[in-house]
Amino acid sequence: MSIDLETAAKVAKLARIRVDAEALPALAQEFNTILGFIEQLSEVDVEGIEPMTSVTPMRLKRRADVVTDGDRQAKVLSNAPDAREGFFAVPKVVE
Amino acid sequence: MMTDLNRLTIAEARDALRRGEVTSIELTEACLVAIEAAGALNAFAHHTPDLARTQARAADDRIRAGDAPAMCGIPLGIKDLFCTKGVPSQAASRILEGFKPEYESTVTQNLFDAGAVMLGKLNMDEFAMGSSNETSCYGNAVNPWRRGNDAAALTPGGSSGGSASAVAADLCLAATGTDTGGSIRQPAAFVGITGIKPTYGRCSRWGIVAFASSLDQAGPMTKSVRDAAIMLETMCGHDPKDSTSAEIPVPDFEAMLTGDIRGKVIGIPKEYRMDGMPSEIERLWADGTAMLRDAGAEIRDISLPHTKYALPTYYVIAPAEASSNLARYDGVRYGHRAKLAQGDGITEMYEKTRAEGFGHEVQRRVMVGTYVLSAGFYDAYYNRARKVRALIKRDFEEVFDQGIDAILTPATPSAAFALGEMTDADPVQMYLNDVFTVTVNLAGLPGIAVPAGQDGQGLPLGLQLIGRPWDEGDLLNTAYALEQAAGFVAKPSKWW
Repeated sequence: MSIDLETAAKVAKLARIRVDAEALPALAQEFNTILGFIEQLSEVDVEGIEPMTSVTPMRLKRRADVVTDGDRQAKVLSNAPDAREGFFAVPKVVE
Repeated sequence: MMTDLNRLTIAEARDALRRGEVTSIELTEACLVAIEAAGALNAFAHHTPDLARTQARAADDRIRAGDAPAMCGIPLGIKDLFCTKGVPSQAASRILEGFKPEYESTVTQNLFDAGAVMLGKLNMDEFAMGSSNETSCYGNAVNPWRRGNDAAALTPGGSSGGSASAVAADLCLAATGTDTGGSIRQPAAFVGITGIKPTYGRCSRWGIVAFASSLDQAGPMTKSVRDAAIMLETMCGHDPKDSTSAEIPVPDFEAMLTGDIRGKVIGIPKEYRMDGMPSEIERLWADGTAMLRDAGAEIRDISLPHTKYALPTYYVIAPAEASSNLARYDGVRYGHRAKLAQGDGITEMYEKTRAEGFGHEVQRRVMVGTYVLSAGFYDAYYNRARKVRALIKRDFEEVFDQGIDAILTPATPSAAFALGEMTDADPVQMYLNDVFTVTVNLAGLPGIAVPAGQDGQGLPLGLQLIGRPWDEGDLLNTAYALEQAAGFVAKPSKWW
């Protein structure tokens, strides 16, 4: 499996990271090096093995479905690059 | 008054504090002076001297009142990955520039509840992604050790490079680290200190900036095994805010340090004997094996057949989890937001913010993770890696079922290398640093690096012991026996 420039551009788009066109060849090359390394996994016999879902065998805990926290608007917004009238502000989303 | 207070171990300082021979404020001032003079190491990224003095005075009050837990009054460095209330916490990333959490991580809260003092936030690889501290937005942290008289700056390892450098240079009594693939144990080995990654679930991950959630664990980086036992006990414990935090009692780890390992069975895994392993590492491993045998342990050759697949498995799972975890850095709620051009919409905001905010290695890993999770490749890469991970874990379960108490391996494939030395290497070369440590994260086991010798140029070398899940007490005791036998007392000569 080899990553071409188009795939590299698609991955960057999916990851929402802007990559300039001139940086794509080097990026694709790095992907290929890493994926080549990962490729070794195809030689392992995984027939009948379940994918690991939990590091330690445990059942996730449950709790009552009740409000445990809140009323912290100022704290929630305190680190926002742009907050207005109690909301996070972003560029226009809908035309 | 005692001299060189910053050089004390936690245990020595605790005992002196309780005897009234020293105060926390004296310990703290000694560390602050040492930090001030150690700018060349670039270990501390954010300094909090005022907070430290306030905490130290409060600790002195507690000690005088007779209420002194072991960590009370002990000055620490805190890795920048931990969210600390009101103090910059940016995971060494530009994307979290200016971020001051409104909350405290559970691990630091546990330490502060016990009276510990924070001197500042420590340098690290960006988002803990790196093995040399060279991906930090703060610049490189520097190893206090040098190769003989050669002035070339060496890496303190990574990702907890600032923690390693600060502890080895006596800028603090101990530090917190985190370990996703070896980020406590590899830097500890590179600077000649002790570092333990506990069993997955021992320490709460709440408030620690997430890298790969199924692998991340916090742990102490200390000047001795005893200190690791003392500090780990304070750091861990059940936390309802982390759903994977284990509801298991925390034993008195220090009380388990008897040094008696007679009858313990130590496994030596043949797959860790890598081609091209430096003879010095080979010798260190053999010496460590002999030390444990002389201390009364039974040495047994074991096999962990899937070892060679651990690194490729890790480099699917860790980037996959990272790509998901780091999706939150979008320029909306905290941290950096790119300046936008006329007409830019929200997609441009995301893409420009993440391109400016993430460094090269982080971008690369996020994109690799995005790729292995993308439609059409999820089964071939991510699901296959999770199956191989299950096999790696099973390898360990089988040897533990055969009666192995702990496994001895080298901690790293080499001594510390020079900063910049790996710049032109491909990324996989850097990843090989974690070849001996990464299996432990994949299997969720406890692992500890103990300094055990020096190479021909005088650089420290470490050995790793891997324990059964939840058996940190026994693991620490074996490490204690190894520490006593190895008798590593060397310190870097001060050049900074």
